[in-house]
Amino acid sequence: MSDDNKDTAGGQEPREEDAREGGARRERIVGTPSPAKEKALLAEDDISAPAGVGEQLDEASMKRAERVVATLFLVAFASSVTFIAYFIGWSGRDGGMHGVLRARESNFWLGGTMALSFLALAAGVTIWVRRLMTSKPIVQERHELVSDEESRAAFARDFMEGAEDSGITKRPLLRRTLLLAAAPLGLAPLVLLRDLGPLPEKRLRHTYWGEAVRRAQQEGKKGVRLVVDGTHRPLRVSDFATPGSMITVLPEGVEEHVPEDEVLTQNAKAVTILINVPADQFKPAKGRENWHVNGIVAYSKVCTHVGCPAALYEQTTHHILCPCHQSTFDATDAAKVIFGPAARPLPQLPLSVEDGYIIATSDYHEPVGPSFWERG
Amino acid sequence: MSDTTAPKAIEGTLGFIDERLGSTTFFRRNVKKVFPDHWSFMLGEIALYSFVILLLTGTFLTLWFQPSMKEVVYDGSYTKLQGVKMSEAYASTLHISFDVRGGLLMRQIHHWAAILFMASILAHMLRVFFTGAYRKPRELNWLIGINMFMIGMLEGLFGYSLPDDLLSGTGLRITQGVLESIPLVGTYGYMFLFGGEFPGQDIIPRLYVLHILLIPGLILGLVTAHMMIMWHQKHTAMPVKNQSEKQVYGYPFYPVFMAKTGAYFLFTFGVTALLGAFAQINPIWLFGPYDPGAISSGSQPDWYMGVLEGALRIMPGWEISAWGHTVSFNVLIPATLPLGIVFGGAMAWPFIEAWITGDKRQHHVNTRPRNAPVRTATGIAAVTFYGLLWLAGANDVLAERFHVSLFATTWFFRVTVILGPIVAFIITKRICLGLQRRDADVIGHGVESGVIMMSPEGGFSERHEAPREEEKIVLLSKENARPEAPARDARGVPAPGAKGPIGHLRSRLSRAWTFDDIPVEEHGHGEHEAIESGSDSQVKH
Amino acid sequence: MKRITAWRRRPWAGYAVVLAALAAIGVIYAGFSPQSDRAEATSSAQAAQDLKNGQQLFNKNCASCHGQNAEGTKDADGKPIAPSLIGVGAASVDFQVSTGRMPAANPGAQIPRKEPIPPFDTSIKTDYEEHEEREAAEKQKARAEKNLRDLNAFIQSLGGGPEVPPASAVDPEKGDVALGGKLFRTNCAQCHSFTGQGGALTGGKYAPPLSGDDVTPTQMYEAMLTGPQAMPVFNDTTLTPKEKQAIIAYLVQTREEPNPGGNGLGRIGPVSEGLAGWLIGIGLLVLAAMWITAKKPKKLKKS
Repeated sequence: MSDDNKDTAGGQEPREEDAREGGARRERIVGTPSPAKEKALLAEDDISAPAGVGEQLDEASMKRAERVVATLFLVAFASSVTFIAYFIGWSGRDGGMHGVLRARESNFWLGGTMALSFLALAAGVTIWVRRLMTSKPIVQERHELVSDEESRAAFARDFMEGAEDSGITKRPLLRRTLLLAAAPLGLAPLVLLRDLGPLPEKRLRHTYWGEAVRRAQQEGKKGVRLVVDGTHRPLRVSDFATPGSMITVLPEGVEEHVPEDEVLTQNAKAVTILINVPADQFKPAKGRENWHVNGIVAYSKVCTHVGCPAALYEQTTHHILCPCHQSTFDATDAAKVIFGPAARPLPQLPLSVEDGYIIATSDYHEPVGPSFWERG
Repeated sequence: MSDTTAPKAIEGTLGFIDERLGSTTFFRRNVKKVFPDHWSFMLGEIALYSFVILLLTGTFLTLWFQPSMKEVVYDGSYTKLQGVKMSEAYASTLHISFDVRGGLLMRQIHHWAAILFMASILAHMLRVFFTGAYRKPRELNWLIGINMFMIGMLEGLFGYSLPDDLLSGTGLRITQGVLESIPLVGTYGYMFLFGGEFPGQDIIPRLYVLHILLIPGLILGLVTAHMMIMWHQKHTAMPVKNQSEKQVYGYPFYPVFMAKTGAYFLFTFGVTALLGAFAQINPIWLFGPYDPGAISSGSQPDWYMGVLEGALRIMPGWEISAWGHTVSFNVLIPATLPLGIVFGGAMAWPFIEAWITGDKRQHHVNTRPRNAPVRTATGIAAVTFYGLLWLAGANDVLAERFHVSLFATTWFFRVTVILGPIVAFIITKRICLGLQRRDADVIGHGVESGVIMMSPEGGFSERHEAPREEEKIVLLSKENARPEAPARDARGVPAPGAKGPIGHLRSRLSRAWTFDDIPVEEHGHGEHEAIESGSDSQVKH
Repeated sequence: MKRITAWRRRPWAGYAVVLAALAAIGVIYAGFSPQSDRAEATSSAQAAQDLKNGQQLFNKNCASCHGQNAEGTKDADGKPIAPSLIGVGAASVDFQVSTGRMPAANPGAQIPRKEPIPPFDTSIKTDYEEHEEREAAEKQKARAEKNLRDLNAFIQSLGGGPEVPPASAVDPEKGDVALGGKLFRTNCAQCHSFTGQGGALTGGKYAPPLSGDDVTPTQMYEAMLTGPQAMPVFNDTTLTPKEKQAIIAYLVQTREEPNPGGNGLGRIGPVSEGLAGWLIGIGLLVLAAMWITAKKPKKLKKS
């Protein structure tokens, strides 16, 4: 510390003798005292709670507050009335609310007036509490929650007396047979739930492709045609000849041969993606050399992770990506997993050609979709 | 003030009830019940009032909704879907949205209220955790609260599934996949829930009855219990002036608290109405009817299921097949472990903490988070864990919005979900101890007054002044670590709590809980001691 | 007025009107037909000239990467820099150039959509107040359209391929929107999302949003037909032109449809909804809670 410092500081700021410190330690204040006179680091509690019992609020400001609150209540009233008026008067015109535009209009007016009404009321009540209620904080005792020793002992005595009176402590035979009787009664409701659904059996092991191929073979054909999901048009090899193509397909005949309420259920397992991988990049797996038609290959669209449609195909990288959890499969290499939470490749559907049409020659050789305990 | 008798109408009614129920004693005792005031005490009220909104709007929706998977051809007024085959559930939801006046508003308010319900429970839970309000005697309410959140997740998932649109159908499909992965009973559970194979015809009616009857009834019961216990035990208070373990300080129930909570009830209604009017939620008409072959990018569940979604996304593909059976850890672990850790841990926490600290006393005054560094740090670690998984559930949206590689986001979350909580724990604990040190400094040394003193020798110093009374009470609310009971007493007999390996573990954990505690206490004029001991422990660790 | 009314009542008035109408048609026809005759007469010469223009544009803007003969180029390691354009067809070129993806600036994970370069920028503003300015802009637009046509024709002449669809094939008014929705959700939404907001692909690639007005129906059609970059191909035999038109109709109607429920929150589903619930919903309610529990203002009477 040098004198220079002291001087520069002193040159700019007023100096002041601090009287309170007393004569023993004469120190001088340097610099401007902080405006924080309250000495508070934390602006905390209760500084402005009303100070004493019966203290009156300022009458003029109360009147002002009263007017503000009343105005807010009137706003709430007006907007509720608008809500009703709009509903009765306008929303029913031209045969009522139908379609997007009128839905938008009515949502705007009904919702807007309702929100305004609630918020105005809320603000009014809040101002009322804050400005007009004089109730001051009060203190209450917290009581011990635990019961006193005496009542606990008395209860224990009563309880044991009752038990002895009933004889349950003395007659084990009664006790045990009662328990025995209760056990099956408790199980009965569980038994009742048995008919919630069928047993799994082999349901999860096959798809409608098997059924469809069987039907086609009975008609003397080699296999079932693939139809485009949404248009039901069977696909020829020549239709699907552009490398990089992708489309979602189903077995032909689902709509005709399956009861209407089961169509979705069958489609949910049978849904398949058909991809045209450039023939020079396709690596058929062992034993599946003849499952593709010149690079046209079909995989189950049901992800082996938890069953979302794994449908996102990138023709440059040949990735099949499931948009739900990002399991990624390689379309050129038997749909092996490249990344993500799936553990198994997508099942592949054996394809062939008949009369120029792409056909499936059998069901999937393994269960489609997520793994399960009995899958093996 | 002059007229102390109630008007005749009220007097008469009260008299009628009292003569039959003896209720006036109860009213008399409770009319001035004290409710301590703090903004964070109102977070739970949002949940209560959104629940009321959910019941009201939900009842409105049931008047038109058809919980049926029967296939119909749509011919309503939404032109883009005319002629499309869909389930009756979806068609009736379109009907509510576009042909029932106010129907869209009610749907939107219902959905927004559900989002606020879950969000406010979580926010309320965090407030309770970080202030230590779950401690004895309030463990039961803590457990009830956690259970309500978990039941709320189910309730939300079921409600979200009811319209049978493409997004909710995808959610159901994932539910089915998760169910199927359970060893031994998975496929049975799947068949029994769906009444056959996915999607079947039964799932929507079944979820409907769970959604509108069973689960709301359960929640209603739990809410009632939660409120009655709270009322009986009296609310906790923040550690401020006039609050103590023996007495509670605040506003009387009637009229102040009643008016305040009434205002808040209206605010909650207002905000949900505001959102329902001006922010579109779950536009099922854009999603289309459920179709097992269709899917959209960015298929996400509502936020409270995001943790599960994120865990499913970042899990590596582990699966074991042996002896003709398959166990898919890639589904089982993410479906159970993260929520198990967070909520199982939360449920066990009050008891673990009491066991470690040996604190079996009742607590009515909350702790400031900094004064329980291990608890606060554990909480922040859990929040980090939950938050990262939650973000991982939106990793495709993140990858798309910020143009980063999808796989890179997955790897980022795989690493941070393990490291993040550890780092968060360490940082939070350091921050808590730093704040404790500052508190000790303020109490021992005073507040910086901004007044620079120059001594006669020429030295500069800042004058410190004693903190305000109110502030001092807040700072001194800290309970300093008590010296640990010696593991062996003077005669060499081990203390009862420290016997055996469990006891050993307990005393080690107990030491970890308090070893770096910084005492905040008044020292009269020997203020420098406190500061020194503070900086001592800083140097040591 | 009265005079005309009187005229109309004359017996010959009907014939007069018919005659006048015929005469008018004749004059209009006479005014137009010689021109088209002339066009036909000079068409081959004009076509050759257009092709030449196309080739010049190719040499100037494309040949540096795709090679002088559009055969594609490779770097020193034999890795392709730019693909051959022989046989890609006019549809592909029209898509790439009109969306500004080509000429590409620098190869990243994916070539982004951008403003087309000036010679091909057909989307420039022409609604100027000033007459001259408008005229100049219109002229420039016409030139850009011609340039693009010529370039397309040049590439088409190299080896055929998918052609630019006629305007009638992409008219969103005529598509079957219900079928389009089904096909879109089954084959497109997995990348582009329900409402065409786009989505993430692997390796930093992304499916671009289709929800902006700048994505024209023609570009949608061409994208399906040619499968630009990572997008798979949907040729006309897999999804027929009618089905493509249905998809276009669905997309265009969806993006033009207002959000009946208020702000659409980006139409990306539950992620933005959760964010809004926490930030706006809980945010507003926390503010309300703070207001309700804030310290009472000191308005006590001084006594």
